[in-house]
Amino acid sequence: MLNTEPAARLETSPFLSLANIRKSYPGVVALSGFSADVSPGEVIGLIGENGAGKSTLMKVLGGIIAPDSGSITIDGVSHDALSVENSISAGIAFVHQELSLFENLDVAANVFIGREPSRFGWLKIIDREKQRSMVTPFLARIGANFAPDAPLANLSLAQRQMVEIAKALAMRARLVIFDEPTSSLPLSETEKLLAIIAGLKADGMSVIFISHRLHEIERAADRVVALRDGKLVGSLERSEITHDRMVRLMIGRDLGAQTRTATSRPGKAVLKARNVRTHAYPQRSVDIDLRPGEILGLAGLVGAGRTELACALFGVDKMLAGEIEFDGAPLKLGCAADAVSKGIFLVPEDRKAKGLLLDMPIVENITLPDLKAYSSRTIMSGRREARVAERQKSELDIRAPSVTVAAKSLSGGNQQKIVLAKWLAMHPRVMIFDEPTRGVDVGAKAEIYWLMRRLAGSGVAILMISSDMEEVIGVSDRIAVMCEGAIVGILDHKDFSEENVLLLAVGADIKTRTQS
Amino acid sequence: MNKKDFGLLVLILAVGAVVAALNPRFLLPINISNTSNLVGLFGLSAIGQAFVIITGGIELSVGSMIALVGVLFVDFIATRGVPWPVALVLMLILGVLVGLAHGLLITKLKLQPFVVTLCGLLIYRGIARFYTQDATAGFGFGQDFPLLEQLTTGKFYGIPASVIALTVVATIMWVVLHRSVFGRYLYAVGKNEEAARYSGIRSDRIVIWSYVICQVLTVLSAIFFAMYTRSIAPASHGNFYELYAIAAAVLGGFSLKGGEGSLIGVILGVVLLQELQNLVNLLGIPSSLNFAVMGGVILVGVTLDQQWGQFRERRLTKQAAQAMGSTDRNSVAAPGEVR
Repeated sequence: MLNTEPAARLETSPFLSLANIRKSYPGVVALSGFSADVSPGEVIGLIGENGAGKSTLMKVLGGIIAPDSGSITIDGVSHDALSVENSISAGIAFVHQELSLFENLDVAANVFIGREPSRFGWLKIIDREKQRSMVTPFLARIGANFAPDAPLANLSLAQRQMVEIAKALAMRARLVIFDEPTSSLPLSETEKLLAIIAGLKADGMSVIFISHRLHEIERAADRVVALRDGKLVGSLERSEITHDRMVRLMIGRDLGAQTRTATSRPGKAVLKARNVRTHAYPQRSVDIDLRPGEILGLAGLVGAGRTELACALFGVDKMLAGEIEFDGAPLKLGCAADAVSKGIFLVPEDRKAKGLLLDMPIVENITLPDLKAYSSRTIMSGRREARVAERQKSELDIRAPSVTVAAKSLSGGNQQKIVLAKWLAMHPRVMIFDEPTRGVDVGAKAEIYWLMRRLAGSGVAILMISSDMEEVIGVSDRIAVMCEGAIVGILDHKDFSEENVLLLAVGADIKTRTQS
Repeated sequence: MNKKDFGLLVLILAVGAVVAALNPRFLLPINISNTSNLVGLFGLSAIGQAFVIITGGIELSVGSMIALVGVLFVDFIATRGVPWPVALVLMLILGVLVGLAHGLLITKLKLQPFVVTLCGLLIYRGIARFYTQDATAGFGFGQDFPLLEQLTTGKFYGIPASVIALTVVATIMWVVLHRSVFGRYLYAVGKNEEAARYSGIRSDRIVIWSYVICQVLTVLSAIFFAMYTRSIAPASHGNFYELYAIAAAVLGGFSLKGGEGSLIGVILGVVLLQELQNLVNLLGIPSSLNFAVMGGVILVGVTLDQQWGQFRERRLTKQAAQAMGSTDRNSVAAPGEVR
């Protein structure tokens, strides 16, 4: 329930109540004054685009991070922040997107991990029989069709999710938080899950259901809460929940301001990929053309296979099958070095693990891919390196005291600029951006968009993977949408809308769909 | 020379001063010369080890290779009449092949460096013993190779040949490590192999090269060791030498996780280890305690270094937190961050 709607449900005191939760990371405000209540037996649908602050909120509830300010009240007891122990003992349980189970153990052992029933006093020998018999009722309650001693490795993804739910029940959970539970489930399994959620509700438990699949929210939720930019932007009561209203809440503002007339006149494709299959979806293949001067947005849900496609085009992961044509000639990519030598560059999603050497100075990060250009007979020239780094620093406005400080000491936006700088110091022909502005503050975001636009203007072909709807629509010249490993539609500029992109991304058909 | 290296140098001088005060024989030219000869011998293999450690790997077969190369080399020149330059080239080729094999197994078959080189340790020792039927390989009476001996165990202007060899090798390797493109790649791969690969570095090749370099330097040191001891018992010659090299690198500020350490550091590490050996002898400490002293010093050194690092981190965090209080919430930098 909202602060702005006081005294609407006074008869049941809420199980959980969040007041004015704030959390900011360097350069980014993840939550700015979020408030909400959760009543017993209530199913809350939490919606919001990627980056709206949902995962930060979940981390606050799980006790993994402490909010900067605000209070969390559970059963009338108020906390400034929860610890992991607080969260568990209060009965908050998570069913995660990436499951947190042990493949090498059986079902019962997973359910009771860390709380195994034991025998022989201090010897603490695990009582496997008891463990199995204890887990049986929980499995029965959620209609599980597998045995307590089934090895987890033999279970399907949907069955594993049930194990997680059984675990939550065994921990006497009072609030179960489902984080994108259906994103990897087939339809029939989704039905089962929704039935389980209804069962939990009937038993008086609270549920928070996070999903991008709005029709599931529509069916399951008693109330919908929408997050945007770390704020609660609205809530819908059961009777008000419709697909359209939810989309409007998520989008939250008029779209006219973001749309831009297509300015680019793309030429012939510089990079053509045909029948590319990656390990994420080995049975699906992708065809894609990247044209100089064009920013092709690649939208889709997390896990749609976009990053895998990018890695295949960059050669850093081997594609299972497919051909790449570059400048009209076939191109074999054995490793990233092959792509780099052609001017195909990737700005990876995971900046800290893949984009940067965090402990190394800015200058060494910038010159790394092109060191040979700054050396004579393999001996490096520190002066030439510094000159290039200084030039990039001022050109991209990297805010750092000097180019010799370690990359890790900079904020997200400036770190991202270093990743860009290292490629821009060379001669890009194709640039692949994977979530270019994740964890980047607003100011740097605008600068990165401007840079991308300028690159496109100078004839570089750009592929931009983004889960940020506003970004995809605001920056792209065309948008390709991926769903489960395949490109399900390409939108021309006139068909750009958040709804069209969302619908394609969840695998639905759209009316205005056009093939380019 | 960075701060860490400087600290180590101060420690070496301080220990030296204490030992010299307790036993003036420490400063006798003969003692200095002997000790520095050992520094030269162990230094060569330690530099090789350092290259591997920077990539985040480890090379455990060094001691066994020193034994294998020792028996082969001595056998070739003393009993089979192979001219020593030819034998030397053959040994270097062997080193290249062994390093190549290790590197390929580690990068292409994705085996762990520890496992691959542990197997190497066992295999090469076994071959060395089998080759001589466990007999000691040595030179016949009156057999000599004047030029080879002058180059390996002789002295130039009073400086042991091994020290000169180490100086030459260290200078070259310093340039390679700290001034060449390859050196930068080594650190990059060691710090974050994935980011290096995503920057277009062929990290597999870099790793393979590091093992080749390590084995070539090991072969070189093996020749010096063979000529120094002149008789090689294949079951014991070179035992634990890989651990001396690893210990020297760790003392010299290398991280076994890779990406850290300097050439000067590993040389100073070797110097300190040999100084400690010498200290045990000169101060009348039972030589059976030799390893215990070495282990104790390394443990204390590494612990202090770790604690000092944490202390600095905490101080930086505190400073950042104070800076935070005075700035706007939304644009504030995290600990240690510069805006």
